[in-house]
Amino acid sequence: MNDPWAPDLAPLAREILAGALVPGAATLPLLWLVQDRRGWISDEALAWVAGSTGRSLAQVEAVVSFYSMFRRAPAGRWVIEVCRTLSCELAGAPRLLAHLEDRLGVRAGETTPDGAFTLLAVECLASCGSGPVLHVNGIPFERVTPERADALLDALREDRLPERPEADLWTWPPAS
Amino acid sequence: MDLAPRILTARFGVPGSHTLEVARACGVYADLGRVLRLEAEAIAAQVRASGLRGRGGAGFPTGAKWGFVPPPERRQGRPVHLFANADESEPGTFKDRVLLWHDPHRVIEGTLVAARALCCHRVWIYLRGEFRFLQERIDAALGEARQANLVGPDILGSGFDCEIRTFRGAGAYVCGEESGLLESVEGRRGLPRIKPPYPALVGAFGDPTVVQNVETLANLPWILEHGAQAYRAWGTEASSGTRLFSVSGPVRRPGVYELPLGTPFRELLEGCAGGLRPGRRLLAVLPGGSSTPLLTAEQALGATLDHECLEALGSFLGSGGVIVLDDSVDPVAALANLTRFYAHESCGQCTPCREGCGWMARIAARVAAGEGRQEDLVTLEDLARSLRGRTLCAFGDAAAAPVLSFLETFRPAFLARVRP
Ligand SMILES: Cc1cc2nc3c(=O)[nH]c(=O)nc-3n(C[C@H](O)[C@H](O)[C@H](O)COP(=O)(O)O)c2cc1C
Ligand code: SF4
Ligand code: FES
Repeated sequence: MNDPWAPDLAPLAREILAGALVPGAATLPLLWLVQDRRGWISDEALAWVAGSTGRSLAQVEAVVSFYSMFRRAPAGRWVIEVCRTLSCELAGAPRLLAHLEDRLGVRAGETTPDGAFTLLAVECLASCGSGPVLHVNGIPFERVTPERADALLDALREDRLPERPEADLWTWPPAS
Repeated sequence: MDLAPRILTARFGVPGSHTLEVARACGVYADLGRVLRLEAEAIAAQVRASGLRGRGGAGFPTGAKWGFVPPPERRQGRPVHLFANADESEPGTFKDRVLLWHDPHRVIEGTLVAARALCCHRVWIYLRGEFRFLQERIDAALGEARQANLVGPDILGSGFDCEIRTFRGAGAYVCGEESGLLESVEGRRGLPRIKPPYPALVGAFGDPTVVQNVETLANLPWILEHGAQAYRAWGTEASSGTRLFSVSGPVRRPGVYELPLGTPFRELLEGCAGGLRPGRRLLAVLPGGSSTPLLTAEQALGATLDHECLEALGSFLGSGGVIVLDDSVDPVAALANLTRFYAHESCGQCTPCREGCGWMARIAARVAAGEGRQEDLVTLEDLARSLRGRTLCAFGDAAAAPVLSFLETFRPAFLARVRP
């Protein structure tokens, strides 16, 4: 934990460990901390989490590989996760995904050569009533037509996350 | 006819409903001080009498579940833990997200009521990994609540202490299963545990533990405020109250709708969701998430939304995630999609599930691509049958349900797609 690898993470890590009932319970929060701050979980990060939680390297590695959101390699600046499960498929997810693959010039699972975008196809994101849905760095965008996807990519290329009318997002009887 | 009360959606759409100020102005926490001063058993008795059943999927009676937790004098000094389950990963289900977004304070209040009844002083809200945006919102609500002495020590001077925190998973459907969730919280892979022992006796950190869906918890303040009988006035004998139904698929107004249990499915489809698109015909319905056997159009149109009716039809109310399929949907492709989901999400501990889900996905994909043979359909059915009842957790049954019900309902469509 006092590993010189992560001086900037140490105060937050101490807080996480203090709040954990047993050190092992800090595993996921610490992995999130690393991924949020560093973008991915390196070998050094694994060792740091293992050391902080009293786990073996193998145990922490097994945890990282079990959860689909943890990354063992750097990703693009913008990570785009497109839901491909049934309700979204019926709402046009395959067309959206193909459109994004076409525009970005990569297949799902890949990162653009300039490191700007990682495109992923993922399972149900709990927005099934407003598909097709995608998350950009964890922020949901719903009812994404290919036209909206283009506008989104344009904005992201300028390094800004476009505004979303709140009503479009978390509505119950839906927006518009 | 009386208009059904909005037990769960009263504050949906109210501007600022996620802030403490607005939530309080709308009545959240108004009754909490009184409730926290009640005897634990008095709360549990109301909940038992209300007939409240879990909204996470299994529909287990909430009061009965609490009854398995040893009372404080038999805990030998061990604490009890409560987990509010907001993993919400069942395909077709999005009501917990909407509930937490619009009304986090009601979920917090409900959590406190349950904690008081269980004499539990530490609660975690377990959010799926993708709910970072919700975690931020809930953490803010918890911060406000803590400042207002609604969370933390000696809440509202009642003498009851309760700390609530959020915990975020990292992408694994099976962590919604209660023992998978506990493994995840303890910092391991989310592999469901062998039961017994059940979490009520040996759960998180070896202590007695209750896992409760967030919608279940959000019902509690209303039940305590209005009484079990008022709650029972809505719903049916075995399915009391109202539920949040998530409607998706090709309907005109997909969304989350609150209806009393026992409401005809037709009312949800036509009255709430606006019916199908023009010229379309209903094909089938997955009534409670992708893990529940589908209903034919005819069954669905005659069904009422309650445990009794859906179970009589061979299906379940599940998570309340209603996936509507119309005649534009290719059932063979739809099954290929769902089998891929289960193959992706199986934790791999049980051989029939790990191997079966993988094979079902490969075969269903082959059949959907027009490259299957008739014997593939037999294999598909065999694999699904050998899953049922032979696995550590209910995932196995969940994965088998769509396969068996799609094959049965759409036999001709599947046969038309394969070579002899
Ligand atoms: C594979 C699987 C996934 C599940 N996912 C969820 C979930 O996302 N949310 C949930 O509340 N319950 C889920 N459950 C049900 C939980 O195991 C548990 O029954 C529930 O959280 C109990 O709360 P309740 O009684 O209030 O419904 C799942 C069960 C299984 C077998
Ligand atoms: S049934 Fe499947 S998901 Fe559940 S424990 Fe077994 S392998 Fe894991
Ligand atoms: S199916 Fe895409 S969010 Fe649920």
